[in-house]
Amino acid sequence: MKRSNLPDRRGYFGEFGGKYVPETLMAALDEFETAYRGLRRDRAFRSELDDVLRDFVGRPTALTEAKRFAELCGGMRLFLKREDLNHTGAHKINNALGQALIAKRMGKKRIIAETGAGQHGVATATACALLGLGCVVYMGEVDMARQELNVFRMRLLGAEVVPVTSGSRTLKDAINEAIRDWVTNVRTTHYIIGSVLGPHPYPLVVRDFQSVIGREALAQLRKRTGSIPDVAIACVGGGSNAIGLFYEMLKHDSIRFIGVEAGGRGPNLGDHAARFSGGALGVLHGTRSMVLQDEFGQIAETHSISAGLDYPSIGPEHAYLQQIGRVEYYDCSDDLALEAFHKLSECEGIIPALESSHALGWLLRNGASIGSGKIVIVNLSGRGDKDVPQIAALEGR
Amino acid sequence: MNRVRKLFQRLKTEHRCGLIAYITCGDGPTIEIIRALEDAGADAIELGVPFSDPIADGPVIQAAAMRALKNGTKISDIFTIARAVRERSEIPLIAFSYLNPVLRHGIEKFADHAHAAGIDSVLLTDLPAEAAAEVKPAFKAKGLGSIFLLAPTSSDARIAVVDRASDDFIYYVSTMGVTGARSELDPALLTRLDEVRAQVRKPLAVGFGISKHEHFALLQDRCDAIVVGSAIVRAVADGDEIGAATRAGEIVRSIRMI
Repeated sequence: MKRSNLPDRRGYFGEFGGKYVPETLMAALDEFETAYRGLRRDRAFRSELDDVLRDFVGRPTALTEAKRFAELCGGMRLFLKREDLNHTGAHKINNALGQALIAKRMGKKRIIAETGAGQHGVATATACALLGLGCVVYMGEVDMARQELNVFRMRLLGAEVVPVTSGSRTLKDAINEAIRDWVTNVRTTHYIIGSVLGPHPYPLVVRDFQSVIGREALAQLRKRTGSIPDVAIACVGGGSNAIGLFYEMLKHDSIRFIGVEAGGRGPNLGDHAARFSGGALGVLHGTRSMVLQDEFGQIAETHSISAGLDYPSIGPEHAYLQQIGRVEYYDCSDDLALEAFHKLSECEGIIPALESSHALGWLLRNGASIGSGKIVIVNLSGRGDKDVPQIAALEGR
Repeated sequence: MNRVRKLFQRLKTEHRCGLIAYITCGDGPTIEIIRALEDAGADAIELGVPFSDPIADGPVIQAAAMRALKNGTKISDIFTIARAVRERSEIPLIAFSYLNPVLRHGIEKFADHAHAAGIDSVLLTDLPAEAAAEVKPAFKAKGLGSIFLLAPTSSDARIAVVDRASDDFIYYVSTMGVTGARSELDPALLTRLDEVRAQVRKPLAVGFGISKHEHFALLQDRCDAIVVGSAIVRAVADGDEIGAATRAGEIVRSIRMI
């Protein structure tokens, strides 16, 4: 399968993607796209980014074989791509630093970002501290309460965290508020979107910055096993860690790809964030994709135990990969994700983020069908430290 | 020729700057409010379709949309409202919506229903002119005009695209930012407006932040119409329901001062 020809010039992956924003932002998107196209193959830029990924972020991240957890899943050879070991604790830093470097070259002095779990907010605040840029992070009030630690981290890093009190007070509303800020301050401000979402060119830019995950993983797996994986699995909120793992692997037709969405507490609208089983074609936050909505086109509220998956739309490239049947999407309930969270902690000594626990939960339940000789890679997109207080409260400890 | 286009022709012959009034449908007694706005001298009405995620709107219209949705307002209610207005009035009606509710209703079905209800034109906030082809053929088939936005950031190339894509008029966003009444107009607006006007053939309506007679006085020789939104929506919400229509009408009177 060809990978490099999408999105098309207008930003579409098949019928998904595009640029659906108020007119005020069109110039900024054009400016960003032009800057990015210029820098994409610019040697100085690439080497500046590579240096900072190596010396600051700590790349390449490790590839860890999880033998004891694999036994619980039916006995495949299971490898974890350790994005949790990145500086700031998740894959989000790959994109935040890349975009912050572009912003600096565009002469923007102020950065805004949205955050759900707080990982993208922390990553953006970190990148801004490193590069001397002003930083404002929009975060839903509900998410601020369940991710208190990350709010404090962002403030320590010098960012202003703005509570968002509209709508469901989660990630979707934080994006609304960030867009409203951007409309107002677009001339001085760059908006660092944290996932493969939003209007073109964001899904392209974020994918490019995250594709380092799969590129490294392929090389590491070849070295360790002499082959490519049979199955690649990642959780999907907006979908940046999943695209990051999958993108470089998509050229190998033999690999089976599985994206795991948040099944929440049940199949009713409002109880989950499973866009493929519960959503319909729609436009939210600048992009056409699968969107959880009611029959009148009002965006639905979502639920997930993990703030990072609690979002009603999905990256347009995922919608395309699902439509053409290249990636399979399933969901994993809150309870199953929690079970996997504990199991991985207990038998591998790795506390995973609740987001990543959804990918592990799917494997825990469905691993037996994969076959014991197979090589499976799961993107461990983040570490679970941020989730510990929430889980302690949930489980009454 | 639809009512919106006729209006702009008439404004031109009368050498007069029109006033377009925006309301959020389903927030307050919408049909009564429209009648009061018309009696107060509004030249056209924008029927705002409430949406759960209004990214281009400030706090006043956001809150109105939330109230309207809580009241159970659906896109079909906009057609009901338009039909009720049409029973007694020929005032131009412009549907003003975010893309998703229209997409979910179905573009063609929306065009069909809007036309049947007596709506003249449609403006979709988050549909830029480049994507006009996604809706225009369906709207045109039913005689509905498509209206697109220009902003202070729009390049000359984009101004040309929007001029071509807009049927009845161009909606010029006066300032950087979301909707909402402001005490002062953007200082760069008047110069920019002259520059833009020199580049377009279509009539120009200016909106965002316009709430006072002083604004109208400054703008009336530089554009074909002004749009007043948040000031009206706020007046509707600011008191009991019985007085909502009267308060809305007063805003229009105070701005036009006639």
